[in-house]
Amino acid sequence: MRTTSSKNGTRRAARTAAALLAGALTLALSGCGGDDNKSDGGGSSESSSGLKLPSLSGQTLEVAAVWTGAEQDNFMKVMDEFKKRTGAKVNFVPTGNNTSTFLGTKIQGGKPPDVAFLPQVGVLHQFADKGWLKPLGADAKAQLTKNFSKGWVDLGAWKGTQYGVYAKAANKSLVWYNTANFEAAGISSTPKTWKDFLTTAQTLSDAGTPAVSIGGADGWTLTDWFENVYLSQAGPDKYDQLAAHKIKWTDPSVKDALTTLAQLWGKNDLIAGGNKGALNTEFPKSVTQTFSGDTPAGMVFEGDFVAANINGDTKAKLGTDAKVFPFPAVGSDSPVVSGGDVAVALKDGKGAQALLTFLASTDAAEVWAAQGGILSPNKEMDQSKYKDAITKQIAQQLISAGDNFRFDMSDQAPAAFGGTAGVGEWKDLQDFLRNPKDVAGTQQKLEADAAKAYGSG
Amino acid sequence: MTSVANSTGGAGALPAPAAEPGKSVTGTRLWVAVLFLLPAFVLLGALVVYPIGYSIWRSLYDADGSGFVGLKNYGDIFANDATLTAVRNTAIWVAVAPAIVTALGLIFAVLTERVRWGTAFKLIVFMPMAISMLAAGIIFRLVYEQDPNLGAANAVAKSIHDTFVSSSVYPNARPNAAVSDLKPSGGGSFTTTGTVRAGTPAMLPLVGIAPNKLPGSPENARTASGSGVTGTVWLDFKLGGGGTKGKVDPGEKALKGVKVEAVKGGKVVASAKSGADGTFTLPASADGARLRLPASNFSAPYNGIDWLGPTLVTPAIIGAYVWMWAGFAMVLIAAGLAGVDRNLLEAARVDGANEWQVFRRVTVPLLAPVLVVVLITLMINVMKIFDLVYIIAPQPSQDDANVLALQLFLSSFGGGGNEGVGSAIGVILLLLVLPVMFVNIRRLRRERQR
Repeated sequence: MRTTSSKNGTRRAARTAAALLAGALTLALSGCGGDDNKSDGGGSSESSSGLKLPSLSGQTLEVAAVWTGAEQDNFMKVMDEFKKRTGAKVNFVPTGNNTSTFLGTKIQGGKPPDVAFLPQVGVLHQFADKGWLKPLGADAKAQLTKNFSKGWVDLGAWKGTQYGVYAKAANKSLVWYNTANFEAAGISSTPKTWKDFLTTAQTLSDAGTPAVSIGGADGWTLTDWFENVYLSQAGPDKYDQLAAHKIKWTDPSVKDALTTLAQLWGKNDLIAGGNKGALNTEFPKSVTQTFSGDTPAGMVFEGDFVAANINGDTKAKLGTDAKVFPFPAVGSDSPVVSGGDVAVALKDGKGAQALLTFLASTDAAEVWAAQGGILSPNKEMDQSKYKDAITKQIAQQLISAGDNFRFDMSDQAPAAFGGTAGVGEWKDLQDFLRNPKDVAGTQQKLEADAAKAYGSG
Repeated sequence: MTSVANSTGGAGALPAPAAEPGKSVTGTRLWVAVLFLLPAFVLLGALVVYPIGYSIWRSLYDADGSGFVGLKNYGDIFANDATLTAVRNTAIWVAVAPAIVTALGLIFAVLTERVRWGTAFKLIVFMPMAISMLAAGIIFRLVYEQDPNLGAANAVAKSIHDTFVSSSVYPNARPNAAVSDLKPSGGGSFTTTGTVRAGTPAMLPLVGIAPNKLPGSPENARTASGSGVTGTVWLDFKLGGGGTKGKVDPGEKALKGVKVEAVKGGKVVASAKSGADGTFTLPASADGARLRLPASNFSAPYNGIDWLGPTLVTPAIIGAYVWMWAGFAMVLIAAGLAGVDRNLLEAARVDGANEWQVFRRVTVPLLAPVLVVVLITLMINVMKIFDLVYIIAPQPSQDDANVLALQLFLSSFGGGGNEGVGSAIGVILLLLVLPVMFVNIRRLRRERQR
């Protein structure tokens, strides 16, 4: 008897605690909502952007994406706004790193999420072919054509049908630099061309700074290096052909790009830690060793997401200690290589379409941009909503590329070639970083791997 | 499991006592026996036999599982470099790892018997077994870290190395290639292309060191003067840049203690060290010689061994495996040792055998059955090694450390997404394990008959 009563007692206590917690949460949430109201200016923006969303009160939508931590929290702020306008509750499902496998099993199990963010174009094509995606409705399409440039709209389409909205983009053509090291070496202007870039690196190295930090232990950073050089040197048309494997990797244009890369990768002195050190450096370390430590490096190349690593892992301040310049032009123009997550509907119904419509709107883009850590390809949004000046600069570079940007090539390739650790392009470029003299051998290996992957995929 | 079934079958084949039809030796009815065996059979069938059968069937189909491709997957395996490396590495693993582990286990077992704190020692050696492979992998990933400040293995290597070889004062410094006529002359040294003349001071500008990272408190450099054979070694770079390259600008720091050699016809005729203001003076005999800065000035600090590079990665992972499993071998062998008749050892000693002979001629032969068990268990274990390799090998050398089980995983789920090839590797792995299993079963049966 005593045990039962004591058990009841604990249960009651737990219930009280839960009630208190729930109360606190509601308070916190309503607090957030209040803030949003103020910054958005209430319903006025709703009418000004002309966005009409149906009432979905009582419905619950499921959204699946790869994000965790702060990225997920930021996205949920956007979803809070959606809830405020439609009444629909949104549940977030993290997919883990292998999005396509996760979603594939969900769909085959008959329980797909309403909306999913796909990180690769290839996955969109694959899912569309299997008939898993629901085409975009008229409202969403209207928002899309109004707010996005043609390049971004087309990326979300496959075989003439519009499926997706690129609500989140990445700019992968950036070089981040340590301002203190540039000053110490007496470099006053950032390099515009590849030749300047090499000279800058040499000057940094002469001044005793490890010039360029490369995260070679992660193969994807190396594919991004190659893509930027190739896009700038061979041009967008060749880039598209190579991405579709319509020209071979043994093409002379690839040879030129690799030879250009070797001008940097072949100089042990210019690479932080030398070639061997670079191969032992993971991407996060390539950022931290540029902005912290005893002898920080001068420059590190990668996308806008480097900002998150600088903020999270180093004491450097964006905009003062760490600044950014566009990837230098190898050919006539600086390249803009981008990535992004495309939102697609996996279920029929008003809810999923309304959410996509909302994501394609300027309102959603502005709420999201205000959280920081994201770029929107939405060209109509108010650029001043970006959280900081650096992000704004990066976003403007992306938007001003118009339709000349290109989507990350390795993300377009079959996963076995462009998206798997230890094999295909990742591995071949790592071998090239180990031995930058072997241009022809690298080309042959790349072509052999590509032929296999594209053939079976 | 199979061995038990086989041996009972064997027992049944023995000349059976005259029994009623439908009854077994023990007198149970056949259907009762079947009833009791059924759960085990169902489980075995569902969890072992069916998966094996399905894998074999699946290995004959393509990536989607829709098209029949016959033996093409097997052909692909042997046409693929990655898989061939995996086969080679698995062979190395099977040949090396169990042998080392068993040998170490034997040594530990025999030695711990003789020390007072044997149990404590055994406990410590056995402890790694309590850790999961994954955790052990992460531990050794850190042990083998390249940076001597992080990786224990390289910290040891570096401290040993530095005891014997002293490091240079100006590692990574190099001549300013743009303005200096110092050119690399092999082995890390630099030699001027022109010759030095008395009365014309030689300029030896170096770069590659941060001006604020110079050791001590360096003086400003001074252009050498005088009628002798002189020159200046200095850092041709000041904070914030600027100045004329190749000229000693105000504020540029002297490099003290750099060795300068005068070379005539390949022979060193004189040498000097730069002073606090960077100047050096050579004897008159150096007139007309070329100047060389030997490599000892610039040798980079020793950075340890590249444990996880392509050449050493497999031995390094085997090391981690030995660390984990030596305790397991030790405990089994120690148990076997406890059963050895002490009188035999004593008799050998009385007959005048020394300790090594006792160990070699008496202990080891007596322990042979246990050693074989340990060796075979480890061989089977090593053939399916996966986690250690997957975790310890960094991406760039994962291919070089590849083993069959890892290749199976990578080709099925690691982006390749070809479960046909994966199944084929699984079947091959099964075929490789079978002979070892066969030996094991034979041995067990013989033991039972003894």
